[in-house]
Order: sequence, then structure tokens, then C-alpha cells
Amino acid sequence: MLYLSVFVLIPVAAVIDKAFSTGLGDFWTSVSNSISRTALENTLVISLIVAVISAVMGTIVAWVLIRDEFPGKRLLNAIIDLPFALPTIVASLALLGLYGTGSPVGVNLALTKTIIGVALLFVTLPFVVRSVQPVLLEIDTEVEEAASSLGAANSVTFRRVVLPALRPAIVSGTALSFARCMGEYGSIVLLATKVPIASLIIYNDVESGTTQSAAGLSVALLVITLAILFGLRTWGSIRGR
Amino acid sequence: MVVRPFWRYSLRTVALAYLAVLLIGPVVFIFIKTFEHGFETAWSYVTTPAAVSAFWLSVLIAAIAVPLNTIFGVGTAIVLIRSKARGRRLLDALIDIPFVVSPVIAGLALVLVYGINGWFGSWFADHGIQIIYAPAGMIIATVFVSLPFCVREVAPVLMEVGTEQEQAATTLGASSWQTFWRVTLPSIRQGVAYGVVLTTARALGEIGAVAVVSSNVLGSTVSLPLLVKYRTTTPGPGGITAAYATGTELAVMSLIVLLAMTLLSPQRKDAR
Amino acid sequence: MRIDAEAIYKRFGDEFVALDDVTLHVPEGSLTALLGPSGSGKSTLLRIMAGLETPDSGVVRIGGRDFTDARPQERGIGFVFQHYAAFTHMSVYDNVAFGLKIRKRPKAEVRAKVDELLELVGLTQWGGQRPHQLSGGQRQRMALARALAIEPRVLLLDEPFGALDANVRGELRRWLRRLHDEQHVTTVLVTHDQEEAMEVADTVAVMNKARIEQVGSPRDVYDRPATDFVMSFLGPISKVDGKLVRPHDVTIFLAEEPGTIEAMVKRVVHLGFEVRVEVEVPDGSRATAQLTRQRTEELELAAGDIVYIRPPSGSGPDTVRVADSAVGQTRTADPQST
Repeated sequence: MLYLSVFVLIPVAAVIDKAFSTGLGDFWTSVSNSISRTALENTLVISLIVAVISAVMGTIVAWVLIRDEFPGKRLLNAIIDLPFALPTIVASLALLGLYGTGSPVGVNLALTKTIIGVALLFVTLPFVVRSVQPVLLEIDTEVEEAASSLGAANSVTFRRVVLPALRPAIVSGTALSFARCMGEYGSIVLLATKVPIASLIIYNDVESGTTQSAAGLSVALLVITLAILFGLRTWGSIRGR
Repeated sequence: MVVRPFWRYSLRTVALAYLAVLLIGPVVFIFIKTFEHGFETAWSYVTTPAAVSAFWLSVLIAAIAVPLNTIFGVGTAIVLIRSKARGRRLLDALIDIPFVVSPVIAGLALVLVYGINGWFGSWFADHGIQIIYAPAGMIIATVFVSLPFCVREVAPVLMEVGTEQEQAATTLGASSWQTFWRVTLPSIRQGVAYGVVLTTARALGEIGAVAVVSSNVLGSTVSLPLLVKYRTTTPGPGGITAAYATGTELAVMSLIVLLAMTLLSPQRKDAR
Repeated sequence: MRIDAEAIYKRFGDEFVALDDVTLHVPEGSLTALLGPSGSGKSTLLRIMAGLETPDSGVVRIGGRDFTDARPQERGIGFVFQHYAAFTHMSVYDNVAFGLKIRKRPKAEVRAKVDELLELVGLTQWGGQRPHQLSGGQRQRMALARALAIEPRVLLLDEPFGALDANVRGELRRWLRRLHDEQHVTTVLVTHDQEEAMEVADTVAVMNKARIEQVGSPRDVYDRPATDFVMSFLGPISKVDGKLVRPHDVTIFLAEEPGTIEAMVKRVVHLGFEVRVEVEVPDGSRATAQLTRQRTEELELAAGDIVYIRPPSGSGPDTVRVADSAVGQTRTADPQST
């Protein structure tokens, strides 16, 4: 517990303290000025969209990796962990070069929200996939076979038998993805020079010494993140029964 | 379910295309760009004094942060799973804080606490120890962000292994320490190993928190990821290729980590 | 060494009483079976003897000394688990050697003892293997060797054969009995299989719902059950004239005799070596009688026949004592029964 405090709890408390250190009014200003608001909006919207896409694609990828067979599948499965292992800044660099100005593939997404979204999709890829895979593996296919023998079309079986079983895993993977998106820095720092994103604004504020507004924005970001996570968990457990 | 071929191929195509665009493309690209001007050039960027010291700084940070978090991880997992202490649920929730908090916020938090004007900062300054804008701060920051991995990997393994082996050990006369060392620890070693790998990967790749905490002075407080950022935003003589070189260096290190991850997880996440 | 549990009371949570004032004395060198259905408290009692659980009240004595508050490490007992609890990351040899190694015995002594034990349990060639490479029966024999290595005062076995196939179970049962005859370690065995208890043990303690209902030799508990429960748990029963009897003690006559009740044959089931005759008595209830094939042929029984059945009552050589329907009440032995 002591360890936890020294490294985690006390620092977090300090942030909260700083945010309000010069009063509620200042806190509100730092949060509601146009830059902050835009940043929070952008961050939230992008995170939500990315979380949803990641959830869907992650489930599809997990399905293909578990239920399908093709050469090179094992290698592909290993690569899924790459975003976990690769330093985020390297991803940022790669995406900048590949899909930004001077891109060999002919797209130029530099300075757009899209490329930020792509970076976040990269980073969050393993979350849902790795969350869903073990559940898919454990599912007793006999239940699906029973449904089929009773006349259910595949889409029905998927919707009523498989998906409910996967739901908790998808929800928890999505929650992790979302939280990651909201706070992500390394993979977008080279990409978002013109787009206000919360983590970048916070960084700039700290570097320029305006720690109070940085703290204020941090608190706001955290509150929003936690609120969404809480909502996600509640929704997940309600539907889960 | 028996899936009709149409759907099977469609899903497969979609998944593969997604992975190609998102995953494989960027990585391949980095390698290509690095060696665009030849291996020699790339190697020269990796061996500049700044790059070498960045490498050793990253290694040092990892070498301290990982063992600390591993010990913490195993201990906490045991408390969470085996003990009957109250407040376990709270502990469980608190452990996830580093996952939710943005790394830059973590960096800010550390500055506020350990910086010159921080809560504890003055104490450290009086004793001549510099935390913020020094490697020590970067280490603390790295510990923060990579904290939960070991716990989260060891806990489920601990739960699955169950207490019977430990009970058997006690009936055979083993003391608590002997039981822990000879029975518990070996039985969870896969979880520990995997946790160590994840922690190491995170520690090596950390940039958000350390960027805030670092003074960005080449040669002393610039780790490898920070070097990449530096080289991209303030290109020196090598231009962006130098950045790519360091990027590849990191990518190679992470591929080694990835290899370790793959080798250590066959029983858990096999896509058979 | 003898082991005694006295007035043991154990409750889990607020509701569930696992053991209610249980007392059991296990003589030195005996093999005692704790027999009962799930939830009867037998495993809990065993674990309390081992120190893996602590009783809310009561005393555990080993060799006369009070060990109630002692941890398992201090009791000098050997424990064998239903699912083997093998140290999966150690070889068979290291498993068996574990207890000796942590007592820091010299290597030569350890080697000699382990080799001796591996030979005793028939696993000599398997010393270098890992537990997962062994069959269930082999793993359990390893577990036994491991427990015996520390020369325990008492050996406690918690449903040791429960996880094994039926034929392996039978083999190991007999093997355990032979082992006990050679080694003479005081042994307590928990089981829910009455056949196992009867075959292996010197003494059987029948438990039900947190209490011990009867303690006695296998013959005793079968022939002279103290309660309805013991009678029904230990063997087949049939209810005739409001009393519990053993089907093989019901006599069938073709003509009315003193002490008989009229009944109609409903079904004659040939079970190979014996025949089960299901009859219905006037009040509508059913009873079962068990006869030899020979006797059935003599009587030429068929469905629909009217016969006269007589529950045992003291006449005839093989009658048993009958338990009264009122639970818990016992009747004194019929002076004419064996």
C-alpha cells in the first residue's frame, strides 16, 4: 500500500489539489476557455468513435483468428501484440510518414483528425482482440450447434447465443481502449500539431509553466473519462444479466 | 457455427485488410525508411553519443522500474487473491489508476509532488537530490505507468492454480516462506514472466510522463522515445532519417519483447 | 499414534453447521473410514484433524497431546487430497522428497528414503517424470508416497480415489489395504462410497448432517445399524409393514403362514446372479424381496401371482436386526439373531 501511495496516490491527489488551488473560478476558466473546450470535445469524440470502431473490428479480428484457418495465422496472431510492445512514438512516426505529407501511398491525412483516429486505432487494437479471444476459445460450440439444429440462421445464432457470451469481454476491452484513447500522448504527439487534443494541451501548459490550468484540464479530462467508464460498466452489467 | 464460405472469406478479408493498413504497413514502412540511405548511415545515427546515452538511460530506467513493479505485482496479487484483508476491492480499483490516467497527467502529478515547489520537493532539494528534470523522476514516472501489468497478469494465474498445492506443502511441514518460495512462486512463474515482459515493454516505450518530467537535455535526460520525438521535431543534420533510425532501434527492441510475449503465452492466448 | 477428536463444533458463515458436537477416537494403527454423503461433515472433520481448518470449539489430540491450536506443519500428519495436489512444476522424485528436503535432511538419506518409497508404491521408473505425465492412479500413489516420506504419526486421506475411474479405484483400494497391513500407520479415510469403506476399513464411522451416527466394524454397521439412516446408507433397504428390512431377508411363501402378509407380485427382475421381486401389499405400498435364482425357480414366480411375504423377525438363520421407523431410535438385539 505504501508503495502504491508513494508512486500513485499522492501524485494524483496533488493534481486535484493544484487544479483548485487558486479557487473554483480559476478552475472553471481553465476548463471552459475555448481551447480547453475544443480539446476536450475533440478528445472525447475521437475517443468514442475509435472505441466503437476498435470494438467492432477487434471482435472481427478475434473471430477470424479463432474460428478461421489460413496460412500465416499464427504469425498474424503474434503480431496483434505489436501495439503493446512498440513504443507509441514509433507508431506516431510511422503513421506520419506513411499516411501524412509525402506519403508513398498517396494519401495525406496530416494534421487531420483522421490520422489521429488511425493512430488511436493502432494503439487500441490489441485490447478488444485479446479480451475476446479467450472467451471465444472457451465457448462451447455445442450450444451453437443446438441452435442451428433448432433452425436458427447463423445471424440469429450469432446475435442470440455468441454475442451475449462475448459481451462482457467486448465491453471490458472497449473500456480499456476508451481510457487509453482519452489519455494517449505518444502516438499522436507528432500528428496533432494543429488539432487541439487534451493531452497535448496539458503537456504544453506544463512546459510553459501554467501548471494550474494544466491541472484543471487534467481533472476535467479524468472526470469525463471516469464518467464514461462508469457508464460503460453499468450498461455492461445491466445487459449482461 | 458452420459459416458459409462467402462470409468466411469476407470476414477474413476485412480483418486482414484492417491489420495490413493499421499494423503491418506502418512497421514495414519504418524499416524501409530507415535503410533508405543504406545500413551504414542508419547505424551512424544509432551510435551518436546522444543516441548511445539515450539507449543506456532507457535501459537503466527499465532495469529499476521493472523489478520494483514485479515485486510489488506479485505481492499485491497475493494480497488480492489469497488474503482476507479488508479493503481488497479498493486496492483492486486503485491499481487500475495508471491505466485510466493519461501519462502526461502522471508527469504533471509528479512535478507537483516532487518538483522544487512541490509537496515533497523542498525536502528533496534540501538534500541535494533532484527528482524532476532528472533521471530519478523519469524512473518514478515509468514505475507509475507500468505499475498494473504484473499484478494483472499474476492475479488470474494465482487464482487458477488454487491453494491445494500450498495446503499440501504445509501438511508436509513447510513454513510459510518455504511454501511461498518452493511452491507458490514456481506455480505462477508463467504469469510473472509475462507480466515482466509487458512491464518492460511499457517501460521502454514510455514517453508521455517522462516527457513532462524530463529536462530534455540530450545526453542526460533523454531516453530513446524522447530522442525520436526530439529528432522529429528538431531535425539535425540527418534529418528525419535519424529519427527513423532510432525508431527502428526501438522497434527491434520491441520485437524482441514481442517474441518473448508470444513464446510465453501459448497456453493462454492460442488462436487455434 | 492414536488420534482423537472431542466435542468438535464447526460452523461456516452464519447458517451452515458442518460439525455438531462430534467425537471420534481413532485407535493407534487402525484404518478408520469416515463414511457419509456430501455435506455430512466428514471432510471438515478430517481437515480439522489435519489443522487445515480450526474448530469453533473442541479438542484434537494426537498421541494424547493436545494439538488443537497447532498449525498443519507442526502436527506430523500426512494428508492426501482428492485431486492429488501434486507439485506440478517438480518431478515425481522431488515431490516425494519435498518433505525431507525442507527438513534439511542429508542428500544420501533423502535419496534412500525416496527410492524406498517409490518402490513401495510401484513408481520407481517414473521418478524423473512430471505429475502431468502420470495417470490419475499413479499420481495418487505418488501423493501417498509423498505423505509417507515424512513418517507421519497419522495418515489422513480425503476421498483419495474419488477422482479416479471405477476399476482403478478398486485396484487402489485393495492396494491401500495391503499397504496399511504392512506399514501400520494410523489412517483415517474419508469416503462417500460404502463399498469402499466396508472393503478397506477396520472401523467405520457413519456420518450424517454434522453428526456421527454410528461407529463400528463394517459388519457391525451393516448388520446392526443404529439408525434408519445408517441402515439405508450401507445397503439396500425395503419397507415392509412399516419397518425397514434388507430385501435379502424377506422370505416368500406360496401359502399363508404365521406372520406373513399377503402381496401380489408386480415384477420379477432377473439381475443375473440374483432375482429381485417387486410386490405390492394391500395398502398399496411396494416392497422388494431378493431371492436366489434357485429359489425363484422353485416358487415359479410370475407377475400377477399372489404370495405371502414375511419380514425377518427372529426366526431363520439369516435374519437381521430391524431398525425402527422412528429416526434415531434403536432396538435391542433380538436374542435369537446372529
